[in-house]
Amino acid sequence: MNWIARLYYKFQRGWKAIRLYLVLAGPGLVVMIADNDAGGITTYATTGAKYGYYLIWFLVILGPVAYYVQEMTVRLGAVTKRGHAEAIFDGFGAFWGWFSLLDLFLVDWLTLVTEFVGMTAAFAIFGIPPWLTVTGVCLLMGIMVVNGRYWTWEKIAIAFCALNLIYIPSAFIVHPHVADVLKDGLIPNFPGGFNGELFFFLMANIGTTIAPWMLFFQQSSVVDKGLVEKDIGFGKFDTALGAVATVVVAIAIVIVTGTVLRGVNIDDAAQASKLIMATHRYAGEFMAIGLFDAGLLGAICISLASSWAVGEVFGWAHSLNDKIKEAPWFYVIYFFALITAGLVVLIPGAPLVLITLFVQVVAVTLLPAALVFLILLLNDKDTMGDKVNTLWDNIINGSIVAVIIVLSTLYGISTLFPNLFS
Amino acid sequence: MNITLTLASMLRGGIARIRAVNRRYAKPRLAMSPAVKISLLCLRIYLLLLVGLLGYKFITLVMP
Repeated sequence: MNWIARLYYKFQRGWKAIRLYLVLAGPGLVVMIADNDAGGITTYATTGAKYGYYLIWFLVILGPVAYYVQEMTVRLGAVTKRGHAEAIFDGFGAFWGWFSLLDLFLVDWLTLVTEFVGMTAAFAIFGIPPWLTVTGVCLLMGIMVVNGRYWTWEKIAIAFCALNLIYIPSAFIVHPHVADVLKDGLIPNFPGGFNGELFFFLMANIGTTIAPWMLFFQQSSVVDKGLVEKDIGFGKFDTALGAVATVVVAIAIVIVTGTVLRGVNIDDAAQASKLIMATHRYAGEFMAIGLFDAGLLGAICISLASSWAVGEVFGWAHSLNDKIKEAPWFYVIYFFALITAGLVVLIPGAPLVLITLFVQVVAVTLLPAALVFLILLLNDKDTMGDKVNTLWDNIINGSIVAVIIVLSTLYGISTLFPNLFS
Repeated sequence: MNITLTLASMLRGGIARIRAVNRRYAKPRLAMSPAVKISLLCLRIYLLLLVGLLGYKFITLVMP
């Protein structure tokens, strides 16, 4: 009888923890799944088409990398109750603060344009004109925020995160050879030897895994949700779960294009969708729907990252729990970034390819600074107390940050000078 | 005329807000230990190099 009571007690405790997690879940899941934005989907699709399953092991490694970096923003946000932009201003002074804020706004806006490029390309496959896609997205994203509740916004965002998992059934629809996926994909290898082209693909995959907006978004999101120090464990679990989901989705995309389009040179995910449709209608359509959803998720997070950051620094009301009348500037910045980025895509002959390339270059001017600031802030014992980075944290996070800085910088430079690694 | 005045007033308000932010964050709160100083110096060098590369690319694009 005693063991039944113990089992019941454990079940009650477990169920309570699950219910608590469901309340606290959000920032980690959303940021991690939104990490697979329109640019990310294109990177994974081209990686699969070029190298088949051979680089799946690399994607598996990128999951913990993303987790360790993002986990630091959970701790910093929960302890300081400040967003990353405000933390940089406060910790390092106005010079570095302005540099980070202006750079973030520029990178976010350019990335937002690329999300609209992805969304319009995805819906064009179904015959929907770009103007209608842009208008619909702006309206939808407006509706998401104007109700004045963080909770509602977050639950809608999580629903779009769930739609991002559409790539998983696609991977089954194309009937990959499971033994090949396991044999080729999970054993670390460099297909065709380590050459410049492969290096470029590896760098591109890292470049899409950690983006500057992710650091700013998650920390501000943790603050807006109201997570406190005792919630850090749940915040970390949320981030870890998101990291697993993002890696699974990335692997599913690689499996789809690696199975159907192996050896075909593709430029973007929309092109991949059309080619896949020729032989696997549903897998192709899922690819297009997933591309739209990825762009939408990216746009949702990126536009918020900017308006949160500006609001924090200027001391304006900057919460999704505020109505438009209570936080006018927060919403002005949100809609300004959103609408102008959408309009750029509609301009005939706009240099969209140049903008897509330029994003990578501008991102590497901000990413190293934001990561270094993050590590330094996490080592500030006065602020962080017992949540300060341990020696082990510093070894892991420091190594990851160093590798990300080197590789993302090389990626940015190779975008400027395409023949550098050929 | 009204528009000009409104714009001028908005501009003045914006500048005042920026100055207020600069005043509030004039002094970095983080202790400038050798590790922090070295990190910030490395960042400055990194950014100068990157801006130099961007400038070089721009010049070679405009004047091939």
